Amino acid sequence: MSQISTQEILDDLEFFDNWEERYKYIIDLGKELTPMPESKRTPERLVKGCQSDVWLDVDKQDDKLIFHVDSDAIIVRGLLVLVMAAYNEKSAQQIVDFDIEGYFSQLDLERHISPTRGNGLRAIVAKIQALAKAGL
Amino acid sequence: MSLNVDAIRAQFPILARKIDGNPLVYLDNAATTQKPQAVIDAISHYYTHSNSNVHRGAHTLADEATRLFEGARDTVAEFIGAASRQEVIWTSGTTEAINIVAHGMAKRLRSGDTVLVTEMEHHANLVTWQQACLNSGAQLIVSPIKDNGELDIDAFTANLSDSVKMVSMPHVSNALGTINPITTLIPLIRAKTSALIMIDGAQGIAHGGVNVQELDCDFYAFSAHKIFGPTGMGVLWGKKAVLEAWPVWLTGGEMISTVTYQQSTWGELPNRLEAGTPHIAGAIGLAAAIKWLSELDMQDVHQHEQLLMNTATEYAQAFDGLTIVGNAADKIGVLSFVMDAGHPADIGFLLDKQGIAIRTGDHCAQPLMNRLAVPGTARASFSIYNTAQEIETLFNALKKVQMMLA
Ligand SMILES: Cc1ncc(COP(=O)(O)O)c(C=O)c1O
Repeated sequence: MSQISTQEILDDLEFFDNWEERYKYIIDLGKELTPMPESKRTPERLVKGCQSDVWLDVDKQDDKLIFHVDSDAIIVRGLLVLVMAAYNEKSAQQIVDFDIEGYFSQLDLERHISPTRGNGLRAIVAKIQALAKAGL
Repeated sequence: MSLNVDAIRAQFPILARKIDGNPLVYLDNAATTQKPQAVIDAISHYYTHSNSNVHRGAHTLADEATRLFEGARDTVAEFIGAASRQEVIWTSGTTEAINIVAHGMAKRLRSGDTVLVTEMEHHANLVTWQQACLNSGAQLIVSPIKDNGELDIDAFTANLSDSVKMVSMPHVSNALGTINPITTLIPLIRAKTSALIMIDGAQGIAHGGVNVQELDCDFYAFSAHKIFGPTGMGVLWGKKAVLEAWPVWLTGGEMISTVTYQQSTWGELPNRLEAGTPHIAGAIGLAAAIKWLSELDMQDVHQHEQLLMNTATEYAQAFDGLTIVGNAADKIGVLSFVMDAGHPADIGFLLDKQGIAIRTGDHCAQPLMNRLAVPGTARASFSIYNTAQEIETLFNALKKVQMMLA
């Protein structure tokens, strides 16, 4: 599937007025995320959350960073799609420049992306930012 | 008589909270219980009225604080049927209590000795003994459970031999709710070994009826926060004769008798195992919790808890696509489950949106999850203020979760 943009996501979410619809949308995004093959789910790619696990793999194509992500929980997969919209196939500079906090607060999902949730999402964001910084 | 649950609920201010506009349904009681107003007031009154360090100052406040603090020890001693107040050692929780015992035991264990635990341990009663064994050269034996989450008694019995120097096991499993038959196991251990026996009572204590002398274990540990008291507070009960000879744990102030620059001698029980300024408000809060609980008819409490357990089990058994994890015949307070529809984290997340607090994950029992071949579970855990209606709310909410994940 072609990658969804942050703006498309924000527009889509705008449309819903109750939590069920918002989360159903995120669950559906999660279902469409291409699964990472079992063979790639190695300890080096694992970011252990205390509720659910997340895997992150990175490649480079020209100046773009290509990420593959996955999780064992569907909602986390959906949230990962939101993060990928911001970061996947972007240059290191674009990643560093992107206002992820502003994006999260526009998504109105901070509570579910907060570090205390322990779903590994924050850790993924930090990892991607560190990779991008190192690649500048 | 039956328990007046409405009257009990009214004493827990937090139960009036709303989460995202929904009434809070708090089903995470195995993690920690909520606090009744009596406990909140006791702690608050201590800080506003009597705050002082204990055992030290020659002034009115110090005297009041000491009396409250040591009075709390009497309350605990009576509640668990200790032979004397000196047998009650304050700790920061179950974890520290087990560490005191494991740390001391590590100094006595030799290669060829064994320590016996079970497959259903919380990490607090596994990692501690695993490390004590690694540090001493003793061997850790993990007694198996059956697939339904009950301890395999035959295998346990077969593991009892002369080499076993320590047996440590949970009264009630936090992940599965299994009640271990400790009243029959302890005499069995005594008959076949000379081992010291420790019971991890973190999940057992709140259900009442613990009498350490009747049990005849050597140690019983619990946390205040799982019995309506404050966090950061716990108890190690031990037989006086055993504790008197126990290696000191933390050293420093309060636990000594005499000190020179070169040497020290240790104080008497309980002080010798309690170094430093203690959690005074914690002890006072725990005593308030015990007094509060003791005013209830424990038979009514037990009946109500059994009703909650049975109601939850019946709903769960009738729910398509849900599998109960842990089907011991004797169970209390915990319904652990997995669902075909999604990962436990998804279930917890979508229940939270509906105001329902449960816990998901490995419940600090990673080896147990592996043993049962689940990635973790969703766990609803009940306390005396929960109602059958809240359990119905849980299962209606789970229907919605199932629909949303489909
Ligand atoms: C069976 C069991 N043992 C030990 C502990 C550790 O208790 P604490 O974290 O209060 O020290 C717990 C807490 O979850 C428990 O359920």
